[in-house]
Amino acid sequence: MNYSYYPGCSLEASAKGYDESVKYVFNELGNELHEIDDWNCCGATYYMATKETVSLVISARNLAIAEKKGLDIIAPCSSCYTILYKTNHILKNNRILREKVNQALRKIGLEYHLNVEVRHPLEVLVNDVGIETIASKAKRSLDGLKIAQYYGCQIVRPERGLDDKDDPQMMDNLCEALGAENVYFPMKTQCCGGMLMTTYPDVGLGLNKKLLECAKENGADIIITTCPLCQINLEAYQNKINKKFKTDFKIPVLFFTQIVGYALGGSPRELGFNRSLIPFDPDKIAREELR
Amino acid sequence: MTKGKSGEILPGMLNEKEKELRNSFLLQVKNIPGGESIKKCIQCGTCTATCPVSYTMDITPREIIALFRAKDIDTILSSRTIWICASCYSCTVRCPQGVKVTDIIYSLKRLAIENEIFPKKFPVYALSNSFVWFVNHLGLSYEPGLLVSYYLRTNPFKLLGMVPLFLKLVKNGRIGFFPKKIKNKKSFSKLLKEAEIVENIIPMQES
Repeated sequence: MNYSYYPGCSLEASAKGYDESVKYVFNELGNELHEIDDWNCCGATYYMATKETVSLVISARNLAIAEKKGLDIIAPCSSCYTILYKTNHILKNNRILREKVNQALRKIGLEYHLNVEVRHPLEVLVNDVGIETIASKAKRSLDGLKIAQYYGCQIVRPERGLDDKDDPQMMDNLCEALGAENVYFPMKTQCCGGMLMTTYPDVGLGLNKKLLECAKENGADIIITTCPLCQINLEAYQNKINKKFKTDFKIPVLFFTQIVGYALGGSPRELGFNRSLIPFDPDKIAREELR
Repeated sequence: MTKGKSGEILPGMLNEKEKELRNSFLLQVKNIPGGESIKKCIQCGTCTATCPVSYTMDITPREIIALFRAKDIDTILSSRTIWICASCYSCTVRCPQGVKVTDIIYSLKRLAIENEIFPKKFPVYALSNSFVWFVNHLGLSYEPGLLVSYYLRTNPFKLLGMVPLFLKLVKNGRIGFFPKKIKNKKSFSKLLKEAEIVENIIPMQES
């Protein structure tokens, strides 16, 4: 299948490994990703909190450009996914805002006709490709790898209805089919605090400590996630958390596509494992080569 | 709180500021798909109970709606609460009445920013301001620039504490020294200008 691809700013920087592994996985499963031509920042929650219509306009520019190709958009970053999805949802439901947004877009020769769907790669892998197909193409088994599945808050929240709001299963089922063991992780959709880590560090550190604690207590080797912000909060601040709470966390935090890509036969380097701040060598855990 | 000229509380009467805030707020709520559900709030407090950060708020999400009903938006806007909200949508998901709590808090943030109701070196405003600056000038966000700009506006000393992490991220190829820009910057700037214009159009009432 063909999809439009919206990497977003994070996937070009701190979440480079996510970008590399998403591309690897989709390619390996015979799908083509077409990067949206000259896309711009979705605006994230911070633009949304400043100016409503302007934030919708800049977000809709991406939808309008993608619409020309007529393909569904894949947005791996949870925040981009949420903002683009929300923009689409608001424009579909609010005629006045739609007219305002198009009025601005028309000035630069664009117009958005509501013909694009915004989708998350996790859901596309599960629904379009299918877990069985993915499992049948696996070249390695993840047997022996204990994973805490952290979905974060954004992708399962309202309007999107991607999966169960409290106990989503897509990533669990996918990893289980690839041989991994999912540890008990009831905090799978609890918020990591997002940018609170910067604005109110005490609150942010506390939220992330709880998540790490839950993963550790339940014996996880690694945490995997779908969101660049969750990833960096959970990984890059473990030192600070250890200092503040006198803990000794050292849990690698990866993107789910890195793990799926590894099962599909990708080398750790092409999947961006080398970019982790807390190193994780998948070869040490998943030894069994299937073919 | 609504007060008369001599400071006494007058039930049912709004001062000018409150009247203005209320009108802007109601306009914003109208734009939220399902926004009218704010009327259905039964004050059960599920939003507060499910909020991962309500313990550190000065007024709880439930109280926000209570204060709106008590015609005291001014107090909500000067609270720390709306800025602590991390936009995780827990409250919205669990509200038995379908109240769009998170989106309502977004409206309140915009209202506070519009009316500049917050302390001077306010962290969230500094961050969103920096963010908006980068998006407006590059078309893209640039993480290192964003953080530098943020700490310079709030607490420059904290910037030093970020250096080790910054270097590690550079080493692992996760941060570029120079920001990227979108290709068609000219058209993007034009779009922003037009967007600012349509932002300020107040739609006529639908018949």
